[in-house]
Amino acid sequence: MLKYTKDHEWLRLDGDDVATVGITPYAQEHLGDLVFVELPSSGTKLSKGAIAATVESVKAASEVYAPVGGEVLSVNDKLTTEPGLVNAEPTGDGWLFKMKIADAAELDTLLDEQTYKSLTTAHDGH
Amino acid sequence: MPGPQAATELSRTPLHGLHVRLGARMVSFAGYDMPVQYPSGIIKEHLHTRAAAGLFDVSHMGQIALRPRSGRIEDAARALEMLVPGDILGLAMGRQRYTLFTNAAGGVLDDLMVSNQGDHLMMVVNAARKAADEAHLRLHLSDSCLVEPLVDYALVALQGPMAEAVFAAFAPDLRAMTFMDVKTITLLGEACIVSRSGYTGEDGFEISVPARVAEAFCEVLLRNPAVAPIGLGARDSLRLEAGFCLYGSDLDETTTPVEAALDWTIPKARRTGGERASGFFGAEAVLGQLATGAARRRVGLRPEGRAPVRRGALLFRAANATTPVGIVTSGGFGPSLDAPISMGYVSRDAGVPNTQLFAEVRGKRLPLTVSKLPFMPTHYKSLRSPQKGANAC
Repeated sequence: MLKYTKDHEWLRLDGDDVATVGITPYAQEHLGDLVFVELPSSGTKLSKGAIAATVESVKAASEVYAPVGGEVLSVNDKLTTEPGLVNAEPTGDGWLFKMKIADAAELDTLLDEQTYKSLTTAHDGH
Repeated sequence: MPGPQAATELSRTPLHGLHVRLGARMVSFAGYDMPVQYPSGIIKEHLHTRAAAGLFDVSHMGQIALRPRSGRIEDAARALEMLVPGDILGLAMGRQRYTLFTNAAGGVLDDLMVSNQGDHLMMVVNAARKAADEAHLRLHLSDSCLVEPLVDYALVALQGPMAEAVFAAFAPDLRAMTFMDVKTITLLGEACIVSRSGYTGEDGFEISVPARVAEAFCEVLLRNPAVAPIGLGARDSLRLEAGFCLYGSDLDETTTPVEAALDWTIPKARRTGGERASGFFGAEAVLGQLATGAARRRVGLRPEGRAPVRRGALLFRAANATTPVGIVTSGGFGPSLDAPISMGYVSRDAGVPNTQLFAEVRGKRLPLTVSKLPFMPTHYKSLRSPQKGANAC
């Protein structure tokens, strides 16, 4: 089950304190075709809300924030040559990085799917 | 991550409804609610334009007629030459030219297309500058000319290698037009001004069409499978690959035509020693720079990695240098090149082609190489040299 941030990142728990992070289908759709993804180095320690990665479309660069604090364990190297995977499978093969969560209590600050969906539906009502 | 775009208080072009029906993502641009992309996305739209034919709504741009009070076109041409360093008197009927409005310091107030329509001149200017341009024209040229913005007209561009075949189905004699020719033709019973030009580096046409038939005209074009609607996102990546300037980014009041590497727009007649030398705003500064060279020049830049180097990035001679030698003014990704590309202004000695420079991006110094413009070869319909048209930008 995915958890979300209001900044359009998703997080999937792979174990008690290990998680995979990516950007949501809503985010990739609004960014458009990605042409470059800058990922953190393994071992990087991130606090919740710190800039973890940068995703660049033809038009603009956008920052991806750490949904919770922790240490980067590995990154999706495929994105170096295939940044479009984020567009094609944002919650699958287009994941960004895996992290070891520092404080599991921070998970409670994330949004469940229903809350996140209501947020993006409200955004789309223009 | 991007937030929603406010669509309130924005102007709409006559094709707004069509964009929405086609599923465009609309954004605010120069006070207009414009399509940045359609569902297929910027990369597909870009590649489609280079391979077939792309249809662009550029109705937000200003179309302004300059009519001589005397009725003699040369009087309008002579008057306009006070505001631009280009050759307007020498512009033949049915021909169009790229030129620049300059200020007293030689800075660029706008870049524009001007055509000779027989009894008047027609200008196409940037959306964000059209009110200022109109005021500038009225202030300086009202004694001799009437300044008439063309209202209730859309402006659409059909660009790409199949543009001629698509468009000739309406008017076969369009095939005889060459790059920068202009003529009036009848489409759907309405008189339209067609120029063989564009801003993509491809062959193509720009068509000024009455607003009341603009949508019907575009729908007919879109029925041809070779034609796809193209948004502002791909328009930007196409013009960047073609090495063209975007006003407000690559050109502004602090850049001169010589610094912008647009000296080719200044003909011999208007240079020192020419028959109509000087006589335009900023001539002293501009002609001085033509004689001695400008301290900085606009150049193309090819980043070595995959990371785009965007507007505002500072440029350095070395990875550890502390004093910048230039700045990026446009940068992004070129889908046809499958690589990042940028343009920027660099000091004269740093602007030699193949010079390696470094751009500061998110705290890192990324290597890039000074490159000749355009990045992509242009494909204009020209009688003299089929693969080459006017210089880039």
